[in-house]
Amino acid sequence: MSNLTQRERDESEELLHSALAGGKLPRWAVPAVAAGALLLAFVLNVTTSVDGVAGTLIVAVLLFLAGQTAWSFAVEGRRHAVDRLATTAIYATFLIALAPLVAVLATVIVRGIEVISAEFLTTSMRNISPRSEGGGLYHALIGTLEQVGIAALIGIPLGILTAIYLVEYSTSSKSKRLGRSISFFVDVMTGVPSVVVGLFVYTAFILTLGMQRSGFAGSIALTILMLPVVVRSTEEMLRIVPRDLREASYALGIPKWRTILKIVLPTATAGIITGSMLAVARVAGETAPLLLTTFLSQSINTNPFKGPQAALPTFIWDQFTSATDASVNRAWGAALVLIVLVMVLYLAAKIISRFTGVKKS
Amino acid sequence: MAKRIDVTDLDIYYGSFKAVEGVTFSVEPRSVTALIGPSGCGKSTVLRSLNRMHEVIPGAYTDGKVLLDGEDIYGADVDPVNVRRTIGMVFQRPNPFPTMSIKDNVLAGLKLEGGRRSKGDSNEIVERSLRGANLWDEVKDRLDRPGAGLSGGQQQRLCIARAIAIEPQVLLMDEPCSALDPISTLAIEDLIEELKERFTIVIVTHNMQQAARVSDTTAFFNLAGVGKPGKLVEIAATPVMFSTPTQQATEDYISGRFG
Repeated sequence: MSNLTQRERDESEELLHSALAGGKLPRWAVPAVAAGALLLAFVLNVTTSVDGVAGTLIVAVLLFLAGQTAWSFAVEGRRHAVDRLATTAIYATFLIALAPLVAVLATVIVRGIEVISAEFLTTSMRNISPRSEGGGLYHALIGTLEQVGIAALIGIPLGILTAIYLVEYSTSSKSKRLGRSISFFVDVMTGVPSVVVGLFVYTAFILTLGMQRSGFAGSIALTILMLPVVVRSTEEMLRIVPRDLREASYALGIPKWRTILKIVLPTATAGIITGSMLAVARVAGETAPLLLTTFLSQSINTNPFKGPQAALPTFIWDQFTSATDASVNRAWGAALVLIVLVMVLYLAAKIISRFTGVKKS
Repeated sequence: MAKRIDVTDLDIYYGSFKAVEGVTFSVEPRSVTALIGPSGCGKSTVLRSLNRMHEVIPGAYTDGKVLLDGEDIYGADVDPVNVRRTIGMVFQRPNPFPTMSIKDNVLAGLKLEGGRRSKGDSNEIVERSLRGANLWDEVKDRLDRPGAGLSGGQQQRLCIARAIAIEPQVLLMDEPCSALDPISTLAIEDLIEELKERFTIVIVTHNMQQAARVSDTTAFFNLAGVGKPGKLVEIAATPVMFSTPTQQATEDYISGRFG
């Protein structure tokens, strides 16, 4: 290098520079294009048939995409332009997907919060006509807690045990066939509409076996519905527990059942709890199977094994179909309570799974 | 402590695939035997069949005799769980249990075996095992911290402590240093030197210097080609093996002419 002249050195540096560095949009480019797109969309809104907030926003987003891509293509080249296009498209679709969720939550909270009061949470609908104000969902809250609780008590252990069989025991060629057919039926169960499950419980347990319409009949239907979700999520969690850990345990002379109980399950706890809670959350909002099995009730019935029992989803359905101002308001209130209930359960599960399972250093 | 192993005419299969054929050798008590050979020659497979870990893989089985002090570990009424309590194993990748603290990792084999122990006993076993694995001084102040938080070399020594806590007769090591840096490797090699006074050790290694450094006996495995079963080519005292091997293949491999 030392015997190169200063000029040669400059030239080589320049060459190096142009080979590695490309054009780059200035920092202010993105906000500038966004502002320009919004402005242009607003102008179009005023001057042409582009109309309404949503329409104008969509036009603005499209203008932004076009403007940014074109500018980037001119300055930064094709690869960067496509990168920016794809990134923006992903953010845009994410926001679109988020919109209904936020809208539903916001509406339920706004409409529900007006209704919720101490009376609403602690009284039933006994002797209250759909038309009149007052009353509450206490009976439905009790019903949902009992029905979902019983369903979880049966469904989660059963689901986890099924998953353990599928992952840990159906490995030899003989048991593989059984495992595969269980797996197949779990898939089928996932696809069965909830109302069909309700009909099944209705015909099999209530009509054929003479069981009463009760909270427990509803629990059976909910158990069937949550089972495949628990099995699948647990199965996935067990499968990602490394083989190494099982082998390490076997090599210490720990029997298989203890390995599963003390090594495999604890390692997968967090995921299993999350999966199970999602299953609970899913069935907590089921309406159709409960209408067929628990029926409707306006009064408090704390015994899940005897007589019709209310539940939050069927309460919402009942109040909504009454179609008076008072009852529709009660439906909104119950919807908010149901969402809060599921959220509390979910948070509780998250906290539990934080304190169990894999230790973080 | 420390028993001898006699392997006679051992064939090892993965389903219908014969991975290893006709292996016969003996391991003396309180010695280190190194198994070397190119990848895929079946040395790890042989190691895993010495404590019946091979059959953990679905479809895998063995044919032949493995005697531990004269008793066939593949005998009809032998419980593989008992075999593994007698013949411990350390794996290639450190695998401490992620749900357990350092202390619980050491005690895992004892606790999960079902026996109840007093607290004093447990503490004594933890200290003895960790000292045995040359890890005590590094972790004695944080026994309740997760085992997975240690460095790779420390984790591997934790796994060794866990393996020797159950007082096995034999210790199998499957490339115990291949995931470790040279300093950690040296620590493990020193440890092997100490451990062989109490245990019979069989170690698989890809590192021939390591085999030369730590082992008393070296066995060389090779395979005729892809899809063919691996075979034991030669076994001899390590100095003999590395200076005057009788087989051409051994000499080629050791001198780096192939594999």
